Amino acid sequence: MRRILMFLLCLCALPAPAASAVNVLTTVPEWAALAREIGGERVAATSATSALQDPHRIEARPSLIARARAADLLLATGAELEIGWLPVLLRESGNRRIQPGRDGYLEAASLLRLRDVPETVDRAMGDVHATGDPHFHLDPRNIPPVAVALTERLARIDPAGAESYRANLASFRTRWREAIARWEAEGARLTGMPFLQAHRSFGYLAHWLGLENRGELEPKPGIEPGAAHLGRIVASQRNAPAAAILRAAYQDESAGRWVSARTGIPLVMLPYTVGGTPEAKDLFGLFDDTLARLKAGIGER
Amino acid sequence: MQSRILAAAVACALAWPASAAEETGGARLADELAALREQIAQMQAAYEARIAALEERLDAAQRRTADEQIAPAQASQTTAQAADRLAAQRGTAAFNPAVSLILQGAYKSRKEVAERHIGGFVGADHHHDDGIESDNKRGFALDHTELVLAANIDPNFRGQATLALLDDEVELEEAWFQTTALGHGLGLKAGRFLSGIGYLNGQHAHEWDFYEQPLMYKALFGEHGYTQDGAQAKWVAPFDTFVELGAEAGRGRNFPGDDRNIDGFNSVALFAHTGGDIGVSGSWRAGLSWLQTRAGARENHFESEKWGEAHGAFSGRSRVWIADFVYKWAPDGNPARRNFKLQAEYFHRRESGRLTVEDDRSPWRTRQHGYYIAGVYQFTPGWRAGLRYDRLSSGRQSLGDNPAEIEIVSWQPRRLSAMVDYSWSEFSRLRLQWSRDRAMPGIRDNQVTLQYVMSLGSHGAHKF
Repeated sequence: MRRILMFLLCLCALPAPAASAVNVLTTVPEWAALAREIGGERVAATSATSALQDPHRIEARPSLIARARAADLLLATGAELEIGWLPVLLRESGNRRIQPGRDGYLEAASLLRLRDVPETVDRAMGDVHATGDPHFHLDPRNIPPVAVALTERLARIDPAGAESYRANLASFRTRWREAIARWEAEGARLTGMPFLQAHRSFGYLAHWLGLENRGELEPKPGIEPGAAHLGRIVASQRNAPAAAILRAAYQDESAGRWVSARTGIPLVMLPYTVGGTPEAKDLFGLFDDTLARLKAGIGER
Repeated sequence: MQSRILAAAVACALAWPASAAEETGGARLADELAALREQIAQMQAAYEARIAALEERLDAAQRRTADEQIAPAQASQTTAQAADRLAAQRGTAAFNPAVSLILQGAYKSRKEVAERHIGGFVGADHHHDDGIESDNKRGFALDHTELVLAANIDPNFRGQATLALLDDEVELEEAWFQTTALGHGLGLKAGRFLSGIGYLNGQHAHEWDFYEQPLMYKALFGEHGYTQDGAQAKWVAPFDTFVELGAEAGRGRNFPGDDRNIDGFNSVALFAHTGGDIGVSGSWRAGLSWLQTRAGARENHFESEKWGEAHGAFSGRSRVWIADFVYKWAPDGNPARRNFKLQAEYFHRRESGRLTVEDDRSPWRTRQHGYYIAGVYQFTPGWRAGLRYDRLSSGRQSLGDNPAEIEIVSWQPRRLSAMVDYSWSEFSRLRLQWSRDRAMPGIRDNQVTLQYVMSLGSHGAHKF
């Protein structure tokens, strides 16, 4: 008995795996990509979800609890995007470092002003996000504030790397500013383009590029479209059809294909996040590929 | 020599308070300074983030001629206003406990059976005030309405209470607090809570995939799974693979024990869980649990040749082992459209002690076991279909010379259930279930149940 107790005590006393790298767990792939930009070699960043998973819907799997247990920093989107699983993950991990209010917990939504904050919230409206649309990473201008806050947190968790993080941040911001200028020049021709979308995922992208949202295929956020609803959408497209139906890589294409087949409007799959397509390898690739696919989708090559 | 050491020790002890006070004074000042520095650093970080946001907007505004761009000054003002409003909203929301109410009911078609029980097992009796056990209800039947309140108490604790309401009965299913800031993978919980043993034990009725819980759970613990009035410690090991160990000690007032009102604990549980992923699409969890309870005078009805229908009181020890396994699959790990869950649990229970029936006393030794296996497949958004098989064995039951001439029933209770359910959203579900119930010897009961589960309010996230 005493031997077992000693063994358990030894286990408790084990230091977290002697990893030199700062262990960053992010809820979605775009933040893992950002952590790699800022952290470089000093950071081991992984995402709890992949680009093919709906971040609203995954579960607090045992493997995720083990990863949360080991994390030094948790970078989440917030705005209720992960409300179905992150609270359980945080509680079950028993990891004090990443609890809300501590240095190891950073919520991107808290740094930004979100769009589409509903005036009233009622479940009759579907799965609405009370604090606003959480898909804000698709406006590239929202990335730098998160990068700055992340740099500060990393510098606090790993003071020895502070210099390196700040240098990486400076380099990232310069490259990012240049990239935004390039994307905006490229995207200028898309201004005013009317589009339909599977879920309300592309509000920020539309706002940034000046695209015109003609509505969603879902009757209400998070509610599957039925044939009658899709039929009405098809009918509404007869006179002034949208230029494209947009869907994220993780979203099902059947509804979009159904409408596309009956209206001739091209169905365009966008990576939505890093890893959604082979080309979207990092944050720069994400927007390069998004613009390329938008232009290709509406027949502009 | 000794006296000199003593003198030195006394001198040290006398000198200690003064130097300690000085030190703490210095330390406090240093602490305050550190806190101030941290605050400034935090403010700086927050401002830098905001400035960065404004810079980006300014940058964009300069480059673009699009007229929808707001002027920077205006932007900063509205940003600040929106942030304030949001902070205020979040503030009030965060101080109120999350409230959720779950409405449950069913239309049930089944045989009329006077005393439903599980053949070959002593029952964990659970009578309701209206006199009809929920198992016996036919036609329209309202099930418990669950009211759940949960919130963080302060930076260190979180609390939750779950009430089950039905007619003039209010049952306190759970009322506990847990630690949130211990770190090192540790978590403590105390109060009344669903024990961490098994897989299904921690789930409330609205989370079940079938209308009733498996026969195994009903035979082991009665209607609600095993609830502890006590304390639980859990530890997640710092490994790449999920390993969780837990221990509980409690009052042990529930079946298979009873309320002995003793110093110390009447119920002890240990459990271990492990789990991981299989590729991108699959994930699993396996567990092994052990529960020991004691009974002082656990009352049950027995059929006796000598006494007719007689009251019997068991005193002694119950030990339960449970092995559980869950496997979940979803294409690309994205369960939104299609997913599959396979779940199985096995138990083994040994009871040993004494049974007193009227004036007769006899030894009581039983070894019983059973299992269930269930699969649920969501084949298209909203629609799920499931199949479950339950089987128990009354096993070995020995009453020594059996002076009270109690009728010992040997039986393999079993049940096959099939269900289809539809969910309009995460918050509403309608289920149609068919079961062939052979829990009682000589009775084959084909049951059909149409059940609804509706949840109102801020429903907390479920565990894996």
